[in-house]
Amino acid sequence: MNKYLERLYNGIIKENPTMILMLGMCPTLAVSTRAINGIGMGLSTTAVLILSNVVISILRKAIPDEVRLPAYIVIVASLVTVTELLIEAYLPSLYEALGIYIPLIVVNCIILGRAEAYANKNEPGVSAMDGLGMGLGFTIALTIAGALRELIGNGTLFGANVMPAGFEPIGIFVQPPGAFLVIAFIIMIMNAIGIKTRQRKLVESSCDGCCSACASRCEKAEGGDDK
Amino acid sequence: MKSLILIVITSALINNVVLNQFLGICSFLGVSKQIKASASLGVAVIFVITIASAVASLLYDYILAPLGMDFMKTIVFILVIAALVQIVEMFLKKTSPAIYKALGIFLPLITTNCAVLGVALTNVQNGYNFIQSVLCGFGTAVGYTIAIVLLASIRSRIHEEDIPAPLRGAPIVLISAALMSIAFMGFSSLNF
Repeated sequence: MNKYLERLYNGIIKENPTMILMLGMCPTLAVSTRAINGIGMGLSTTAVLILSNVVISILRKAIPDEVRLPAYIVIVASLVTVTELLIEAYLPSLYEALGIYIPLIVVNCIILGRAEAYANKNEPGVSAMDGLGMGLGFTIALTIAGALRELIGNGTLFGANVMPAGFEPIGIFVQPPGAFLVIAFIIMIMNAIGIKTRQRKLVESSCDGCCSACASRCEKAEGGDDK
Repeated sequence: MKSLILIVITSALINNVVLNQFLGICSFLGVSKQIKASASLGVAVIFVITIASAVASLLYDYILAPLGMDFMKTIVFILVIAALVQIVEMFLKKTSPAIYKALGIFLPLITTNCAVLGVALTNVQNGYNFIQSVLCGFGTAVGYTIAIVLLASIRSRIHEEDIPAPLRGAPIVLISAALMSIAFMGFSSLNF
């Protein structure tokens, strides 16, 4: 397979950041109340991810190894600020819905994880595709979770009424507990049909926190299957 | 005075940082295997979030806001938090090795805990002054500690039960968290 397409396949299916690697759980749980919020959050993160991968890939020889994490954080934080201002200016309703979770894209494990595991040792072109693949994988996972919660909790899908007239929405699913429940059921179904999440592996390699810097260390410890 | 107490209770219980706002989920799910480790992480989080909210509040009120550089807050806060955790780590190492030994491994982990940045940004959003920010940070961190210690206790019981195979691992932990979250929703009907 073409190496650019391979990156897309890897991000969306093989190493789906949310469903397989279990990274970025905070935004997944928080903004999946509506399918449309899931898409909005997913695409914002995708934009940041592609740009940060490209910038870091271009600068990978210029950034000294010892200070690379602070350097990555500054790059990601700048890109997030730009994205936040753009969303505030052009998509005010999305800005209202996502609120504090837009600036919090900075601490999304997926972004620093990809910088550390992929962008800092690959060409800008493939790094961009890697960002696109991972971003789309994240977007799809968020949209599925959002669609399920909206469907069960509110009886609508993308704001349109789709359930039969007698359907009584189960309100808890659009409230905080529903987020935990929906993700638990999705992983349960994946376990039952034999799709393995890699979280167990991450935990076993003693990276219990599983957030950004730590997660990337885990991926390295696993032998860096990105090579 | 009453409003200050209200800030602490609201941020600890009603708007619980983990169960209601989904911040710090990574460490909440990752470190909650043992009660002791969870409690240590909780104390480290209380320590760091309280100091970070104080510093972030001062920086915002006296540097960013007067200069009209509101848009820089995300970048400034994340850098300040990262540096702060390093300083706290070095300070503890020199002054109180006992505390450092207990909290040491958790401190670097906290840098990437979204709850720290989340609280700093929420404080700015709510327009809290210095004292309110510190109390809100403290309350949030206490809420985090309560949640993670409770989940660790539940997990130590789950560990001995016979769970259906597909539910083992992450799903059962998430379902426990969901039930805790339902319980915490009860606090939202508190009246003052």
